[in-house]
Amino acid sequence: MYVAVKGGERAIENAHDWLAEERRGDTSVAELTVPQIREQLALAVNRVMAEGSLYDPDLAALAIKQSRGDLIEAIFLIRAYRTTLPRLGASVPVETDRMACIRRVSATFKDAPGGQVLGPTFDYTHRLLDFKLAAEGEVAPAPQAKPERADMPRITEFLNKDGLIQTEARDDTTPPDITRTPMKYPADRATRLQALTRGDEGFVLGLAYSTQRGYARSHAFVGELRIGTVAVEMEIPELGFAIEIGEVELTECETVNQFKGSRTEPPQFTRGYGLTFGQTERKAISMALVDRALRWKELGEDNVGAPAQDEEFVLSHADNIQATGFLEHIKLPHYVDFQSELELIRKLRREAQGDREHREAAE
Amino acid sequence: MPMTTTDLSPETERRRAWMSLLATAPERLLSDLMSALGPAPEHRILRAPEVGGVMVRGRAGGTGAAFNMGEMTVTRCALRLADGTVGHGYVQGRSRDHATRAALVDALMQGAQAEEVEAKVLGPLRRARDEKREARAARAAATKVEFFTMARGED
Repeated sequence: MYVAVKGGERAIENAHDWLAEERRGDTSVAELTVPQIREQLALAVNRVMAEGSLYDPDLAALAIKQSRGDLIEAIFLIRAYRTTLPRLGASVPVETDRMACIRRVSATFKDAPGGQVLGPTFDYTHRLLDFKLAAEGEVAPAPQAKPERADMPRITEFLNKDGLIQTEARDDTTPPDITRTPMKYPADRATRLQALTRGDEGFVLGLAYSTQRGYARSHAFVGELRIGTVAVEMEIPELGFAIEIGEVELTECETVNQFKGSRTEPPQFTRGYGLTFGQTERKAISMALVDRALRWKELGEDNVGAPAQDEEFVLSHADNIQATGFLEHIKLPHYVDFQSELELIRKLRREAQGDREHREAAE
Repeated sequence: MPMTTTDLSPETERRRAWMSLLATAPERLLSDLMSALGPAPEHRILRAPEVGGVMVRGRAGGTGAAFNMGEMTVTRCALRLADGTVGHGYVQGRSRDHATRAALVDALMQGAQAEEVEAKVLGPLRRARDEKREARAARAAATKVEFFTMARGED
């Protein structure tokens, strides 16, 4: 029997009104605007876009404001909004080798053509709190230099020329889309990359770290890390040609991993790949490490039973919205479920008590 | 299968370029520049501005198999001028006005007013875009590492 219980509407309404008031905080402090969040909390905005799986900085900033800075809640809002959008099409795969880079570093080649460009990085800062930021003040404009028109070729291409690294064969097959068809195992690499790029940064980081510490060890170098904008092109059926429909900032990471060779592959370097929305390099590097760990089967490596090698484990737990949805639902009313559990425990106790009395009587 | 971008006629190549420019144009700037052109020409909406999502794709390893990254917001619109010219607008983001203006410019660029629209709208948009790109590139260039080797003096 299912008994519906009603009630709580007024409490819910009042709770939401209070939430709105708490969100605003002390009214003697100026209210945050969405453009302020977009411009000044840009890395939070980037994370929400990457894991919300929707590139729209204004929407991500709005979601951060609405969620009081709870980024998983903000990602939830973006995912919910995303489902309301009609799908106009899919882009031509972005050409990251034509990226307008604001940052490009290689840990493997010091003198790479195009050079090492640090960009606006936290690297080499001392991680000391800067109390000057607590006061308002003008920021001096950043130094400028004459940009070189030189290309920034992909670092892995150098190794590729000598056949020292496994090649990535171009393939224009329409990739599966986990937002349209449920995930199936074993998953192909396209599915894995889609799940990882929208996966929770903390979860993917933890798994990547586990591979560095020895769970599915495949020593990774950051062959290249680049951040910048790329044009997004889409074929427009009514026009019969492709146009740029926008521009997105991406972070791309290619790792170069030691590989001793296997039954099917010669000794060579192998690759892990990370590509994420926005300036999100911790996530992109993590993604590349986990991508590489998940490739053990196609490279003929041993499955050492490491968590990062377990595709189903990784992919089915990487999504923080699925995870938080299931996790947080257990705080919602389960009165009837619990009532039946209570009945069961009482019955078991009565039976146990009965048995004991029976035994005592027999002795 | 649509034509690849390599075998387009020069006219189509030009149209492709202005549509692409309009897609990322700052909305406010586009609106201001179009006001300078005078009142919007008479037109009929063929496809009302529609906000949607486009799935952005990447390639494994940058060069390999295509995969789905995530979507971006795009707004599109189609309209017809009184003389029958059809204009299409595809712009990044969720602004219906932006998409409509982009479609108007696309239509005008195919007609007699093209030269004026090029000078008063597209030119300034292109300059604004280039300036913004240059500013980013110049800051990036200033963070390029100059390596030097220190002699260790052991031999």
